[in-house]
Amino acid sequence: MTAYLDHAATTPMLPEAIQAMTEHLGRVGNASSLHAAGRNARRVVEESRESIAEALGARPSEVVFTSGGTEADNLAIKGLYWARAPRRRILISAVEHHAALDPARWLADHQGAELELLPVDEHGRLHPDTLRQAIERDPDDVALVSVMWANNEVGTVQPVRVLAAIAHDHGIPFHTDAVQAVGQLPVSFADSGADALTVSGHKIGGPMGVGALLLARGLTPLPVLHGGGQERDVRSGTLDTPAIAGLAAAVRVAVREQPELAERLTELRDELIARVRQAVPGVVLNGAPDDRLPGNAHFSFPGCEGDALLMLLDAKGVECSTGSACSAGVAQPSHVLLAMGADAVGARGSLRFTLGHTSTHEDVDRLIEVLPGVVERARRAGIS
Amino acid sequence: MGLRVLAAMSGGVDSAVAAARIAEAGHDVTGVHLALSPNPQSHRTGARGCCTLEDSRDARRAADVIGIPFYIWDMAERFQRDVVEDFVAEYAAGRTPNPCLRCNEKIKFAAVLDRALALGFDAVATGHHARLEDGVLRRSVDAAKDQSYVLGVLTREQLSHAIFPLGGSTKAEVRAEAARRGLAVADKPDSHDICFIADGDTRGFLAERLGAAPGPIVDEDGTVLGTHEGAYAFTVGQRKGLRIDRPAADGRPRYVLSIEPVSNTVTVGPRSSLEVTTIRAVRPVWNGPEVREGLTVQLRAHGEVYGCRVLDLGDELSIELDSPARGVAAGQAAVLYAGDTVVGSATIASAA
Repeated sequence: MTAYLDHAATTPMLPEAIQAMTEHLGRVGNASSLHAAGRNARRVVEESRESIAEALGARPSEVVFTSGGTEADNLAIKGLYWARAPRRRILISAVEHHAALDPARWLADHQGAELELLPVDEHGRLHPDTLRQAIERDPDDVALVSVMWANNEVGTVQPVRVLAAIAHDHGIPFHTDAVQAVGQLPVSFADSGADALTVSGHKIGGPMGVGALLLARGLTPLPVLHGGGQERDVRSGTLDTPAIAGLAAAVRVAVREQPELAERLTELRDELIARVRQAVPGVVLNGAPDDRLPGNAHFSFPGCEGDALLMLLDAKGVECSTGSACSAGVAQPSHVLLAMGADAVGARGSLRFTLGHTSTHEDVDRLIEVLPGVVERARRAGIS
Repeated sequence: MGLRVLAAMSGGVDSAVAAARIAEAGHDVTGVHLALSPNPQSHRTGARGCCTLEDSRDARRAADVIGIPFYIWDMAERFQRDVVEDFVAEYAAGRTPNPCLRCNEKIKFAAVLDRALALGFDAVATGHHARLEDGVLRRSVDAAKDQSYVLGVLTREQLSHAIFPLGGSTKAEVRAEAARRGLAVADKPDSHDICFIADGDTRGFLAERLGAAPGPIVDEDGTVLGTHEGAYAFTVGQRKGLRIDRPAADGRPRYVLSIEPVSNTVTVGPRSSLEVTTIRAVRPVWNGPEVREGLTVQLRAHGEVYGCRVLDLGDELSIELDSPARGVAAGQAAVLYAGDTVVGSATIASAA
């Protein structure tokens, strides 16, 4: 029996998304073509756009389709930086996903940007005052602020609305990566106040390879991809009609089911946390105690290496993640945990369990059944 | 159910076929690629060694084809300390180390094996060309590819947890089998160089770490013939790159005879002076059958073998060769064989 506890990496596609996608896979038509086949594709794309906009509190014209979350983050961060020249400062939280962190680093390394990583507290939360003070050091030179809605590793939810308002006090555009939030938390683009918001298909039960950047009207980042200008001239590339239909179906279902799913996952997640604590004395829960994603549980296991735990659990059919980024497959201490004040050794002994729409009590049972033995074995192997 | 086996997968053809064979034999196999460079990107451009990102991907792809789990273990710190720094320190001490041998001794069958055992594995399998039957190490059937020499330093205990599935096959057979199994590494070139010196420039690598240390080059009677930039750049038996202006009196080429680290002196002389018949070797490891008569000894990787008599002095050996050997360098292993079976080994300290 396999327990899939890695929904934050990717979650199974929803039947509605599979149906919507497969319905269009066999049909010809480039949404940019003028003939009937093109018009049919165009209609699917635009209906999808409208549906996504409605579900996420945006206007249809604010939906820019991309190849996924990484592209949307790159477009927001690089595109806004370039569009806001000669401003140099980029303010992002220290716990961003690499899809946001690395474009910002690249701009600093190659394009003269001044990157400021905003520190977080021990729960991974960015305090509004931290952002305010950072902006006020030189507000006129800030190109953009980017803070994720919820953290992919430890699940901490950021006070996005407050942060966006602070950026707006100084007329600075605010981007948020909401890849982990959609479907788990209520997400409204309009209410959040964000100017740009990243959505990914496969994190919410849609297909891989598709996502969107919700982009406020009047905000024109410079393109990362140049070409046909299909999406508001800020994103080029033939639109992937079947994937977009699948994404729209997934967003629709995920947002509709969100309150119920969040309630169920919170309960299941709390059960998982309680039973892990009982099964493994000394385990440390990372992330915010309250403001965290319903499906996220992230632990440090003192004296163990995350890699060893992951391998042993995998061998027992429990699939999870160390939650840390890999560099050439070699686990690096998580920048998120380091930013939260963990030491490098402790940061390596961590595991992330994430629940999603197919998670059950049996998944938690399976984990708890094998975890004590696995931890004992990993402790014996120690930290290399 | 068979054994739980950790297959060390370098990304080359040998370790891929080794893993495939034990998996097929019914063992529970997990593939592990050892990340040995602190910054894998740094080895990418060289592409001659065996620790590039590409190799790691090749290993992963092979594991997928075989159908076994695959992980990367970060052994960079241990490798840096026990192999790379040891390599540099040995040269600095006037010796000529064999880093592959050290890697087997300290990494694959020490750090990796220890971790594997702690995690519940029974054995570590590698793609070395050597036979291991009932804990006894023998040469590969492919004499040209035999790697028993670089495994000869392993203890009985280490060998008891080792599996070498390829010793009964030639390299050509291994490649053909890889192709048959659909492993894309079937025709991947062999790696020859020291994996952590991607450009193959050992002298440059050492110079960067040890700096310039000029000293005299002298002949056997002490006459100074020239200077060198660092004794570590030389190895016993070396002929090229001595950069001595004056020809020898007899007009014959000169060879490095010895390296003396304290006075930083390199002594050169004619080929005849390279000949040695008595070898003192330290840190003996007896890992094979209790045979002490009729032995042969191999003094470097892929080197000749010499008939010998061994005097066991406890913590060191005195090895009398039946015929003179040339270019015997301190720091290399003397691996003792009875026929094609490894009996033991020791590290060469001096030769005369």
